[in-house]
Amino acid sequence: MRGAPGPATLYQKLVARHTVRWIDERHVLLYVDRHIMNEYTSPQAFSGLREAGRRVRRPEACFGVVDHVNPTAPQRTLQIADPQAARQVDYFATNCSEFGIEYCGILDPRQGIEHVVVPEQGMALPGMVIACGDSHTTTYGALGALGFGIGTSEVEHLLATQTLVYEQLKGMRITIRGQLPLGVAAKDIVMSVIGRLGAAGATGYVVEFAGPTVADLDIAGRMTLCNMIVEAGARGALVAPDETLFRFLRGRPRAPHGGAWVGALEDWRGLRTDPGAAFDQELELAADTIAPLVSWGTSPEQVIGVGERVPEPALEADSARRSGMERALDYMGLRPGTPIQEVRIDRAFIGSCTNARLEDLRCAARILEGRRVAPGVRAMVVPGSTQVRVEAEAEGLDRVFIAAGFEWRQSGCSMCLAMNDDVLKAGERCASSTNRNFEGRQGRGGRTHLMSPAMVAAAAVMGRIADVRSLQPGA
Amino acid sequence: MPQHNVDTDVIMPKQFLKGITRDGLAAGVFYDLRYDGGGKPRPDFILNRPAYANATFLVVGSNFGCGSSREHAVWGLLQLGIRALIGTTFASIFHDNCFKNGLLPVTLSPEQLERVQAHCASPEHSTLRVDLPGQVIVLDDDSRIEFHSDPLRRDDLLQGRDAIQTTLMSIAEINEFERRHWAAWPWIKPRQRPP
Repeated sequence: MRGAPGPATLYQKLVARHTVRWIDERHVLLYVDRHIMNEYTSPQAFSGLREAGRRVRRPEACFGVVDHVNPTAPQRTLQIADPQAARQVDYFATNCSEFGIEYCGILDPRQGIEHVVVPEQGMALPGMVIACGDSHTTTYGALGALGFGIGTSEVEHLLATQTLVYEQLKGMRITIRGQLPLGVAAKDIVMSVIGRLGAAGATGYVVEFAGPTVADLDIAGRMTLCNMIVEAGARGALVAPDETLFRFLRGRPRAPHGGAWVGALEDWRGLRTDPGAAFDQELELAADTIAPLVSWGTSPEQVIGVGERVPEPALEADSARRSGMERALDYMGLRPGTPIQEVRIDRAFIGSCTNARLEDLRCAARILEGRRVAPGVRAMVVPGSTQVRVEAEAEGLDRVFIAAGFEWRQSGCSMCLAMNDDVLKAGERCASSTNRNFEGRQGRGGRTHLMSPAMVAAAAVMGRIADVRSLQPGA
Repeated sequence: MPQHNVDTDVIMPKQFLKGITRDGLAAGVFYDLRYDGGGKPRPDFILNRPAYANATFLVVGSNFGCGSSREHAVWGLLQLGIRALIGTTFASIFHDNCFKNGLLPVTLSPEQLERVQAHCASPEHSTLRVDLPGQVIVLDDDSRIEFHSDPLRRDDLLQGRDAIQTTLMSIAEINEFERRHWAAWPWIKPRQRPP
């Protein structure tokens, strides 16, 4: 692959642009343009720098956002009741200040989930390589940037050198054609892909999403695809930049302006996979055959259409998979053969870097207009960022949510991973617009059903998992 | 632990992620599997069974370590005394984190893994030796299971290199790259927050 002439994929071009040097046949020293940081995967990296007496090589390339541990109560305050979380935020603020890194704290008007804030501010641009101590950094692929998650040791390496020792990955292209049916969202596309590939089906790959359906998606939808494909194991995702993206980027605070914008556009228009470039794997998907999906188990690969029944482990030939299914059903408190729409919920959660952008809130609000959350269901909206919250309020979406009985909260990662005080109790069942239905993810003993934000709204109203298509305006 | 897709939330639950040091994580490893709701050890969990309580190697199912990038999962496993994980596939960020900390992930074929699993199922002769330089697992009966590991990562691990120090030796090259990179694509150059 080294310096191979001939047609190249977009991924190969981005790696080539950022190769400081080849280390061996598989590894390069990769230059990283932006380093996004959060409070929970960075503390030990900063401590490591201090212990070794090292400096941050390019503080201006780093950006720190508090998002994982902060409370999302409707009234914003710097106070955090959990002393450990408070200490983590405090240490993060100190580290950013002492090392000269731009810091976005709880009261900052830009605060939000890092992968929502960064595109919003125009910090992620086509042609960039961006790393962050968070697996969902793949989100930036929707902006034509190669983003990927790293561990804390690599956060430290990146702080000290602005580079990473990087293993070249294989390429997979997922081509999606056809019109998305009414009530079917980008979330359903990516859940369908994960269901087909399996939770490790894209391990060792960077995925390029292509085809007319992807071209028709707005940037929010593309971010949902690139964000959640990490649940199939992908270590990166890309969509080739196009006019939709340029319209999204133009005028954002950190996007280039004036002459720099013109120069950048010229470059960005060339950022695409060459005709004839080879992928190691190709997958085709017909969008018009996708139904709204729901996860039934404890892995994001365990998904079914909303019209289907909880699957029967006895029909699974592979014994390890069968016992995995049995274990998942036991944890989820579900019986094989139950229509998934008969499953009642206790909680509804709209939030996360996968699905809490303005477009997501609009889809959910459309379902909630003139309806009420079912008795006994506690429903929450946690906007992806403070900006999203402000824009949603300007459109009156907050009033729709509140009138329907949803809590309208402040931004953060919240109950996607439940590091703050937004947690499921044991046995509680949640319809969730998030990305992971792992055991205990939203709280010990909590049961998560992943779905699109509109499907969460439908479930909240019906008090059970429900088909959003029957609640669509005009249906 | 033969189950597939054991994720890092299961390996290290959220309540153990709020520290600012690497310490104290042994207590968190597989917390919900090791302890019941009242905090009592579950006798049926493999690492709570006397024959396996001091295990140094963990034989795991496919896609081990999937999900969150939290390196706390690896720190905790090491603090619990685990030195190597033996499985068929590992999630990519977790795999990187293992090598950065000296926890060896050994990748075998499903057939090879079955042999190791069968061997470990009877604790009376369930010791084995993992030889990284030789890239081989040696069982009690001296039978050998060969594996492959990436040469760069293997060397780093065996020599205990400081990866940052190694990269900093190329700092002149990085400086030169950066100059060219920013000249070619000036809009990519980071700037301090505009006033």
